[in-house]
Amino acid sequence: MYKILEAKELTSNIYLMVVEAKRVAKACYPGQFIIVRTDENSERIPLTICDYDREKGTVTIVFQIVGAGTQVMSELKAGDAFHDFVGPLGCPSEFIKEDVEELKKKNILFVAGGVGTAPVYPQVKWLHEQGIAADVIVGSKTKDLLILEKEMEAVAGNLYVTTDDGSYGRSGMVTQTITDLVNEGKKYDVCVAIGPMIMMKFVCKLTKELGIPTIVSLNPIMVDGTGMCGACRVTVGGEVKFACVDGPEFDGHLVNFDEAMQRQQIYKTAEGRAYLKAKEGDTHHGGCGNCGGDN
Amino acid sequence: MDVLKKVPVREQDAKVRATNFEEVCLGYNKEEAMEEAARCINCKNAQCVKGCPVSINIPGFIEKVKEGEIEEAYQIISESSALPAVCGRVCPQESQCEGKCIRGIKGEPISIGKLERFVADWASENGIKPQGAKEKKGKKVAVIGSGPAGLTCAGDLAKLGYDVTIFEALHEAGGVLVYGIPEFRLPKTKVVAKEIENVKSLGVKIETNVVVGKSVKIDELMEEEGFDAVFIGSGAGLPKFMGIPGEQANGVFSANEYLTRSNLMKAFDENSTTPIMRGKKVAVVGGGNVAMDAARTALRLGAEVHIVYRRSEEELPARVEEVHHAKEEGIIFDLLTNPVEILADEKGWVNGIKCIKMELGEPDASGRRRPVEVPGSEFIIEVDTVIMSLGTSPNPLISSTTEGLEVNKWKCIVADEEFGKTTKEGVYAGGDAVTGAATVILAMGAGRAGARGIDEYLSNK
Repeated sequence: MYKILEAKELTSNIYLMVVEAKRVAKACYPGQFIIVRTDENSERIPLTICDYDREKGTVTIVFQIVGAGTQVMSELKAGDAFHDFVGPLGCPSEFIKEDVEELKKKNILFVAGGVGTAPVYPQVKWLHEQGIAADVIVGSKTKDLLILEKEMEAVAGNLYVTTDDGSYGRSGMVTQTITDLVNEGKKYDVCVAIGPMIMMKFVCKLTKELGIPTIVSLNPIMVDGTGMCGACRVTVGGEVKFACVDGPEFDGHLVNFDEAMQRQQIYKTAEGRAYLKAKEGDTHHGGCGNCGGDN
Repeated sequence: MDVLKKVPVREQDAKVRATNFEEVCLGYNKEEAMEEAARCINCKNAQCVKGCPVSINIPGFIEKVKEGEIEEAYQIISESSALPAVCGRVCPQESQCEGKCIRGIKGEPISIGKLERFVADWASENGIKPQGAKEKKGKKVAVIGSGPAGLTCAGDLAKLGYDVTIFEALHEAGGVLVYGIPEFRLPKTKVVAKEIENVKSLGVKIETNVVVGKSVKIDELMEEEGFDAVFIGSGAGLPKFMGIPGEQANGVFSANEYLTRSNLMKAFDENSTTPIMRGKKVAVVGGGNVAMDAARTALRLGAEVHIVYRRSEEELPARVEEVHHAKEEGIIFDLLTNPVEILADEKGWVNGIKCIKMELGEPDASGRRRPVEVPGSEFIIEVDTVIMSLGTSPNPLISSTTEGLEVNKWKCIVADEEFGKTTKEGVYAGGDAVTGAATVILAMGAGRAGARGIDEYLSNK
């Protein structure tokens, strides 16, 4: 069992938990992920690591309620425990292996969207600890859904917050802010974009035009997370890769996003049905228009 | 009684079992087992033992069954096998022990597998446990992977008095016995969990959720956690795909994914939170045991199922019993047929598989006649799901993170057959991680060899 030391709702439907997981905390790096199971019958849910404390042996995860599994997870409190918590999985971010002096010469831009802010945070923090200040754009639908702003501010060089509806910070999509910054004369050698697939797709389209190499972190459907099932296969530069072992980070300019988005739909109907069952119990018998009822 | 024939074993009716996940074969009862055992002529120079990868004293245990002394029979099997209830169910006996049985020359061989299964089930029902070590050695061994190789190696070492910890990457112990082989062939709670309990009762500890190579490295286990030796039994987990157009479409799965969802995650059960695609018409590509398992799982989930295999029936690598059961249940075999493309609708969902007819040509390197395409014979099978069951290869997670551990060009760990010794001191390996995908019993044989190697290494250290 993996004890939850802290649990809080960051904003509507987005939760943060600090979990005791000594092996993971000791071995993990920014960019990697874990798989969590709430109880002995739960599905395996992959989540990118948001933070870790090697001394305390803890790992921080942030998740959004998107289905039945995360709904049940969100109900856990400090003092409860996860049945399973395995990792670190996947490869660390590329820059972890790079020479720090070389890295210091680079202008790095992070682009975070929604709950994708959580996996961006440990990367910016790691760079900050090496004395590297990266620019960070955080995009959110609206002010109320913005997460980890203070934490990010503490480790970022410059933080640019933008909201789709203009309720806070700049107004518009993250791509607008990228364009603005470049027009203001900013030069970036590399961009790391993490967020919804559609956001990453459009960031990559833009950075390709701007000639900024871009890394994205993919979170496709997966089961085991160790290369065994192949559910997470993505096409990168015409080659089939497994996101769990070859990724989760890839060259965004080579990722086939349309195929990746299509593959995310595979279990949507089944997941929707399970989510409604978790929320409404066995009383749900269709009629919502989303789930196909009991058929 | 006809001594030339096996005592028939009771099975669930094919029509009934095609709709449930209960075990197909019901096994012998004591009377049936004793009657079958009486057919054994107790050869002095028993050939069956030579056919067994773990050299069980087969005539010895059968003799005890004949006398009705089942507990004694169990202890004889336990000397050589940590997983008799599993082996009695999934070993390819026809090409091993039973294939060598003298009775088989004129009539049917002794039903050794079914007798082993009976003895193991009887022991489990009567709470009989294997006997543990009398003295401790005070040395620690790490076993990586809790599949057949790891469990056997751990069990053997614990019996010798070593302090053994198994590290398992998944949340449940058992490896392929849990994620790969379906419930209807190998019940998880009744059989697999009990066998694992038996290994634990010998003093073996199991730590789940540890991905060696990621969570901890082999060098760390040896240098920081005090393990004196390591056995790698991490299996061959990476699925292969064909590389044909359309393979990324929604509805194309590896057999590993499909079976893991159904077996490990229990997605066949409506109450499971893990989803599985319940196709109406499914094509399973491949002809091995895993293909049969995937096909029979899809059938039980309500689909019409086609096995698509490029060679002929004679070359099917699956066990004869599995093919026979699959046919009885209504699986359709499209033999001498090879997929060339997977077709999808405008939204990316599979709606067909384009195949080409094959014919057998000259024998290839494997000695089997090579299938060759018949020009212009392409045709389409309408399906909504395609399951690729083309074999698996070893996972590089361990080999790529362990210095000094040599692998061959197929990424299999290099280890000798007799003792499982690798190129790294104190590290032994066996099972699919060394051989590539093979059988449960061969992995067990390798686990046993590894235990011998480790015992010899640590005894001289």
